[in-house]
Amino acid sequence: MAFDLPTAWAGILAVAVVLYVVMDGFDLGIGVLFPSAENEQQRDQMMASVAPFWDGNETWLVLGGGGLLVAFPAAYGVIMPALYLPVIAMLLALVLRGVAFEYRAPHAGNTAAWSLVFFGASTVAAFFQGVILGGLIQGIRVENGAFAGGAFDWATPFALLCGLGVVAGYALLGATWLIMKTEGAVAERARRQARVLLVVVMGFMVAVSLWTPLAFPRIQERWFSAPNIYVLWIVPVITGAVALAVWRATERHDWVPFVGAIGLFLLGYLGLGISTYPYVVPPSLTIWDTASSPSTQIFMLAGTVVLLPIILAYVAYVYWLFRGKVGEDESYH
Amino acid sequence: MDFDPLLLARVQFAFTITFHIIFPSFTIGLSAYIATLLVMRARTGNERYARLARFWTKIFAVSFALGVVSGVVLSYQFGTNWSRFSVVTGNIIGPLMGYEVLTAFFLEASFLGILLFGAGRVSPRLHTFAAIMVAVGTAISGFWILSANSWMQTPAGHTVINGIAHPVDWLAIIFNPSFPYRFAHMMTAAYLTTAFVVLAVGARWVLAERHYDEARIMVKMAVGMIVVLAPLQLFIGDQHGLNTLEHQPIKVAAMEAHWDGSKPGDFHIFAWPDEKAETNRFAISIPRGASLVLTHDPNGLFPGLTSVPPQDRPPVKNVFFAFRIMLAIGFAMIAVAIAGAILWWRGALFTTGWFLRIVSHGWWAGFVAIVAGWVVSESGRQPWVVSGILRTADAVSPVPGGSVATSLALFVVVYGIVFSTGIYFINRLLANGLVGGADQPPDAGTPLRPITGARPAGAAGAAPAPATRTGAAGSPGA
Repeated sequence: MAFDLPTAWAGILAVAVVLYVVMDGFDLGIGVLFPSAENEQQRDQMMASVAPFWDGNETWLVLGGGGLLVAFPAAYGVIMPALYLPVIAMLLALVLRGVAFEYRAPHAGNTAAWSLVFFGASTVAAFFQGVILGGLIQGIRVENGAFAGGAFDWATPFALLCGLGVVAGYALLGATWLIMKTEGAVAERARRQARVLLVVVMGFMVAVSLWTPLAFPRIQERWFSAPNIYVLWIVPVITGAVALAVWRATERHDWVPFVGAIGLFLLGYLGLGISTYPYVVPPSLTIWDTASSPSTQIFMLAGTVVLLPIILAYVAYVYWLFRGKVGEDESYH
Repeated sequence: MDFDPLLLARVQFAFTITFHIIFPSFTIGLSAYIATLLVMRARTGNERYARLARFWTKIFAVSFALGVVSGVVLSYQFGTNWSRFSVVTGNIIGPLMGYEVLTAFFLEASFLGILLFGAGRVSPRLHTFAAIMVAVGTAISGFWILSANSWMQTPAGHTVINGIAHPVDWLAIIFNPSFPYRFAHMMTAAYLTTAFVVLAVGARWVLAERHYDEARIMVKMAVGMIVVLAPLQLFIGDQHGLNTLEHQPIKVAAMEAHWDGSKPGDFHIFAWPDEKAETNRFAISIPRGASLVLTHDPNGLFPGLTSVPPQDRPPVKNVFFAFRIMLAIGFAMIAVAIAGAILWWRGALFTTGWFLRIVSHGWWAGFVAIVAGWVVSESGRQPWVVSGILRTADAVSPVPGGSVATSLALFVVVYGIVFSTGIYFINRLLANGLVGGADQPPDAGTPLRPITGARPAGAAGAAPAPATRTGAAGSPGA
């Protein structure tokens, strides 16, 4: 098989997006779980467990958006106007929750209010990321290479379902992160939450898995036509097995639930990839229709091949440096 | 009600980028300052530098967070509000911003974690290294984003096929004609901006007799920086202006409100440019001043605004007045540099009340100059978003005006909350002062005014209980 630049870039972007989803997912999930804490001290502990990482985690979102502009500018130019309001809502929510990390400090005056902001904005950001995902899967109306729909085309029951699913999924990641990274009451509560959230998330995954082939013939054909089905049946089976493993591990394991929850995300992501590839703007624009100039893709690929491993190395180093559990009296500030 | 999507998109972009630019222009300088302090601590073993570094790191964390979140917004706004711009220039602008993410953002964000939370976990050497990496990251970020902006001002190294820009020569794209000048001008502005903030805080503490040694260290370091950079910035700005005259003469004509290119240009200290009548009203001018600066000849000629049709001219008033604001602040900065140098030489830097009082109120100088400079640069490029390739009016997204109006209103509300809280927060940090900084001079020294009687020990500095502010040192020790 010949080396194909747009395929390579689709792969890189897929990696960037999945890294974003998993990494910012758990720290957004902490925000979703904020109201369940008994007091501000527990919230301090929860926040301290993600404080050294959240900034780097969010950078993957910039790489996702920037990478789309680099590799598929025509797709970027369609998706952003089509999903205008969800994208703006997500960005504003990320602004508010980002500053909440700082503004919750005791000397800023109003910790409780900024805890509420952190919860609300994390949840809104997660919800609209799900809406954006749903809006992409259900398809965007394109004429002459430009978005040709209305301001609320994205607002369908399916997209709202995806929004709620991502909120639950991030909360699951957050809960399993807390199991791994905190001590005491917060970790104990997280174990109970993880079990409930696991059931909810599996419910959403089943719903999306049934809804998409029923509502979109292209997805039905992808999954259920021969010979695809002979291979693809294994994806839901593995997903079920991983879910079971997470369920069992929530009893006493520290890190297995988190790794398992990431596994569930990867499998769901793989499923959505199978459903939509090679479309970057379903149902009309493929990665080849929207690819940037080969010179652009090569120029950026050269840098990415060299720099991405270095970035991953020092990101890993930072996670290693801040390894271990966060105690009950520890605070960011 | 009908909304004009183009106008709203422009207002939104101007609003969000003006908000954003304040923070990077501060954090570029502040990260370098913190790294310098930590290096000086490592070299001298003097804990005062470490105390100062801890203090400024808290303020840096807030500013950096505001810069990051407002920057994420911008990276998506190219698509949401300016999708035609993305499609037409994505081949070229995309990688410039992509390299910014890969070479700068991850570097900054990762090492920031170590800078903020790593003091108890890593060696002082690695902690200092992290501070240097953050500072280097902010500068690299500036490199790429100014390259992208400069390419929009003076595109090079590309070819246009079917209305879409394609790269031909990446080195020519990155190092396009205006880039070296804009980069030097902006980075110098960022370091100056931070120096004026540090100077203001140091001067306040000297006046209030707080944190005796640290306050003097700050004032000296800031004045030293300003003495070098303020005059240098005048030179860089002049060179940048000559480069602009070569590549964007109509922008320069708007900066000088110079209408008729067949006559030498006056320098207008004040004027009211009348775009309909193509002339200036109420002008107070230095005859041939603009010609002298721009052509080094009082009789020299340079293109006037009337050399292009009205639809190809930038909004003259924006450019003209913003340029004057920037210039006025630039000369005020040079005045501070001269006064500071003389007072330092005479040994009167910490005893001259009028100087300290003036600079203690001057923290905003750099920010206003930078925003004004950006208005000159960006308004001056109009009606083009990319000079000669794409007009701003053709770059906008097919999004209804109502959506843009809604999002603009939300941006104003959210940024209003975030910004006012941020200012309040930073003021609280400033008021709290240093952890462990001594207020008394270590020896007789040269206090601003004679200390009458011993101070009660409990009144030292009025700093509230430090237990709540262990800050960077308070990270988990497991």
